[in-house]
Amino acid sequence: MLAEIRLPSASPRVLLPAAALVAMLVLIFAMEPRAMSYFGLTLLLNFALPAVFAAMAQMAVIAAGDIDLGLGPFISLVNCLAATWLTTRPVAGIVALALLVAAYAAIGALIHLRRLPSIVVTLGASFVWLGLALLVLPTPGGGAPAWLTTLLAVRPPGVPLPVLISILVGLIGWLLLMRTSYGTVLRGIGGNPRAVARAGWSLLGGRVALYTAAGILGVLAGLALTGLNTAGDATVGTEYTLVSIAAVIVGGGEFVGGIVSPAGAVIGAWIMLLTGSLLSFLDISTDWQLSVQGGILILVLGLRALEERPAA
Amino acid sequence: MAADNAPFVRLAGIRKNFGAVQALAGVDLSIPAGRMVSVVGHNGAGKSTLMQVLAGTLAADAGEIGIGGVERQAGYDVHVAQALGIRCVFQELSLCPNLSVVENTRVVHPGLGGFGWRRRCRALIVEALDAIFPGHNIDPDRTAGELAIGQRQMVETARAFTEAGTKVRLVILDEPTASLDADAASHLLRFTEAARAKGIALVFISHRLPEILGHADEVVVMRDGEVAGGGAARDFTEERLVELMGVVREAASEGGRTETSVGALRVEETGAAGRRLPLRLHAGEIVGLGGLAGHGQRAVLQAVFAAAHGRDGHWRVRGSVAYVSGDRQSEGVFPLWSVGLNTTVSRLRALAHAGIISLRSERTLAEEWRRRLEIRTPGIDRPITSLSGGNQQKVLLARALASAADTILFDDPLRGVDVGTKRELYRHVAEAARAGKAFLWHTTENIELENCDRIYVFHRGTITDEIPRAELSEERLIRASFAAGMSDATGMSGAPDMSGAR
Amino acid sequence: MKQRLAVALEARPWIWSFAAALLVWIAIAASVAGHGAMATIAVALQFGTFYAVVGIAQMLVIAAGPGNIDLSIPGVMTVAGYLAMGMTGEVNSGLVLGLLVGLGVGLAAGVFNIVLIDALRIPPMIGTLASGFVFQSMAIAYSRHSHARPAPLLADFVSARLLGIPLIALVFMALTVLTAFLLRRSIFGRSVLAIGQNREAARLAGLAVRPSLALVYLASGILAALAGILLSAYSGGAALNMGGEYLLMSIAVVVLGGTSIAGGQASPAGLWGAAILLDLVVTMLNVLGVGAGLRFVVTGIIIIGVLALARGPEARY
Repeated sequence: MLAEIRLPSASPRVLLPAAALVAMLVLIFAMEPRAMSYFGLTLLLNFALPAVFAAMAQMAVIAAGDIDLGLGPFISLVNCLAATWLTTRPVAGIVALALLVAAYAAIGALIHLRRLPSIVVTLGASFVWLGLALLVLPTPGGGAPAWLTTLLAVRPPGVPLPVLISILVGLIGWLLLMRTSYGTVLRGIGGNPRAVARAGWSLLGGRVALYTAAGILGVLAGLALTGLNTAGDATVGTEYTLVSIAAVIVGGGEFVGGIVSPAGAVIGAWIMLLTGSLLSFLDISTDWQLSVQGGILILVLGLRALEERPAA
Repeated sequence: MAADNAPFVRLAGIRKNFGAVQALAGVDLSIPAGRMVSVVGHNGAGKSTLMQVLAGTLAADAGEIGIGGVERQAGYDVHVAQALGIRCVFQELSLCPNLSVVENTRVVHPGLGGFGWRRRCRALIVEALDAIFPGHNIDPDRTAGELAIGQRQMVETARAFTEAGTKVRLVILDEPTASLDADAASHLLRFTEAARAKGIALVFISHRLPEILGHADEVVVMRDGEVAGGGAARDFTEERLVELMGVVREAASEGGRTETSVGALRVEETGAAGRRLPLRLHAGEIVGLGGLAGHGQRAVLQAVFAAAHGRDGHWRVRGSVAYVSGDRQSEGVFPLWSVGLNTTVSRLRALAHAGIISLRSERTLAEEWRRRLEIRTPGIDRPITSLSGGNQQKVLLARALASAADTILFDDPLRGVDVGTKRELYRHVAEAARAGKAFLWHTTENIELENCDRIYVFHRGTITDEIPRAELSEERLIRASFAAGMSDATGMSGAPDMSGAR
Repeated sequence: MKQRLAVALEARPWIWSFAAALLVWIAIAASVAGHGAMATIAVALQFGTFYAVVGIAQMLVIAAGPGNIDLSIPGVMTVAGYLAMGMTGEVNSGLVLGLLVGLGVGLAAGVFNIVLIDALRIPPMIGTLASGFVFQSMAIAYSRHSHARPAPLLADFVSARLLGIPLIALVFMALTVLTAFLLRRSIFGRSVLAIGQNREAARLAGLAVRPSLALVYLASGILAALAGILLSAYSGGAALNMGGEYLLMSIAVVVLGGTSIAGGQASPAGLWGAAILLDLVVTMLNVLGVGAGLRFVVTGIIIIGVLALARGPEARY
């Protein structure tokens, strides 16, 4: 049957952000033809890696019907740990990062067992991450582990590294969440938790699985950011909370009902990233960057709303 | 396979308390393989609780659970029940709206993972749907949220009969026909015979007594958490069942009226909208919207409601309008509020001076309607969620009546309500109509149309017949429902109009 | 007896925040041997007022039901603070214009959010997130032109005390009482709570769903602007990062105060318990000589901990 093989791009939810992304790229290439080169794209999308990982982390949480308002500070904390412990005491650093993933799993479990609103728990957690980051690295500094900077400097033939990894991450995310049978169950939990529980699945297990994935992806985002910045800063990741949420939503996800799209989240992350580049090419004062970013976000969402829900 | 003399399920002395409320007071139930046992009773009689115990989703406080001739009460839960081949189609729809029909099938088969699961699940569910609801017209790749409520119920029912690994031994059907139209319901009832022939035991819960008496092998009547009686279905009559359930009241036709004084025009269809017959509703009238479920009746109600609030040009509505939905969870009840606040919410404007509500007038109003509709609650300050489903539905009717609206729109408001409550409510509706209210009443139960003065029959969004009560007959109703005489008079093969279903 | 107590507590979800605040205060009082313990309450009320004002705003929005949240509060606070200070021009005679402009900004922000949510049908969380970006960048742009200090009269007002109690605390406690009254007794309040429980049911019950939601976001915008103006006046002028912590705090005081994040219920009194609690915790940690990092960690753990302990395991679905 034809319908059985559904590519992620076939979903109308992903088409609109994909079109917006293409439009942005065309605009950027028109203004700055040099960006169309291998090197230009690498430069343009350098910071796509932390954004894509952050978007995927946020998507995992949103798939559980929750929201993570602590992701940005979490990424900062990973950044601080990577810039200090992971460089000077690798074992302690790795243990610390593993503990952070475990903490995410624990947050998922806590939210589930005590039936807490995720928005407030992750909000509280954001204070904890920020505080820990300040304890680890009170003032910006440190350095990135050599292997990390080397890894991010790899220039694969043909496709720039950020593009390659973004596509790979999106593909893996799609396979795991949209195609595997357990991924289906996980999305089902977002859609109708009680029904999934009645079928004999553990809701606790599902939420912990999603939060663990979010923790791992958050760590990856922090590591990528460290490799790019080659330094640590306790507040550097703050913007990723909002960027990741926006990426998931712009990419066709919804806050409720387990409706998410890994491919869309990657596209959303790129869109959020490119708004910044687009503005600098347009020579718009940095003062107005946030405004225009917000404006583009509104535009994409407004169009989607009108397309999907014709006037009632 | 269990021996013929040992029932597949044997429950004995099952007890379950919720706090101070005794839901089950020592219930015995046995279900032989290859038989259909119908459990009947009021809402709140303990049917659903008993079924949850049997399905393993609720642990009994005490009692014996024997499945397949083996005692299982220790550690009996949903996993054990499923491993033993027990399936349940619950009253609330339990599909994941964001997953496709195929993916929803996977959710109930924990063992169905691995490569090619999608293909296997598709084969399973398509086979089950084809077997139970021939001509169902459901695309297994559509997400459940896109399907009409009747289609969702079909998927859910079919899903319970799919087999992967464990054989299906017992299926609990909790009001499986509540959201189905007559055609799909009869397909399902026919299928239960095939299932029984394969040795599958069935529990059938329904408020439609003719379905029970016509199709079940055995009947068990529950009342107040106990078994009030039971036996072979052929030995029962509707009256006897109703009597055992504890409702000895006037017959269904009692709600029907003998005289109608037609008043001023309340609702009038002005836009053509493709309907052959324009719909009109007068003060003092009860007008039914019949036909198969999902053929545009709900869309009419929604349009009239919108028009009353100035948002639909195709209808002329005079006076105010209130809406009573049968889907009380998502369209009716305010779950955090008391019975009283739920009753008065549509009347606040009249209870307020300068936007500030008078609590005293509010109480008076709520008390008045609690009394008039005989809502069974210790007090109007009790949470609405402490009430049984039927009483919650009474509160919603009270809300509409208390709102002083001239026209009341009924969107199948008595769906899943027990017979006794229904009869009370029929009486109240008739009374309100005598007092000049106009009712537009969509129902999925044809028998309810007997309470109406006139009936518009819907087929694919258009009105195909207008039947005065005196001329109402099952035959004419069905003919109009299927638009007999039109080229596509095959009912289910035509896609129902989805505009009415959300 | 035990059951009656449980029922009484359930009907008063705000008690927890006050109890926790009391415990923290006792701990502080013990550690300073009683010296200045009353003063810490006055200070907590002073700062707590700003939390409570944004808390009222966020509470109204959250009570309107699932998905409703105002993430633009920090942006509105900042831009309103800047414009109000700038328009006032540091003189008392400019106060009327400054306040009008500042509150006008809040009104405009509310209208903008309503357009996004109602007309463009953007989910409130993402709509207000986006508008928050816009407001913040307006503040950034405006901050290049003006960095005015507050007019003396306003600065005096926000730090004035009445019988040792901060005057603005009293003013906004009165506003809290009014809010509680309106939620319980006004058609608007009832509508908001009904919409918060079941939006479709509210529509079919004939309530004015869209106007009520619009009012909620308008109120939120105006209150956020007010908080921004008062905070600017108290801090000697607006600052670009002044709204930062208020996003988290506005939600924290609402939920710690006993308002259900699921909507349909509000606990105005609890805002003050939570606001005082959060402020006293900072005071306590300062008393203990704890650094900034650990202070954040402890604050975060308290928010999670109080939430985990106070909320019973009632059904969520």
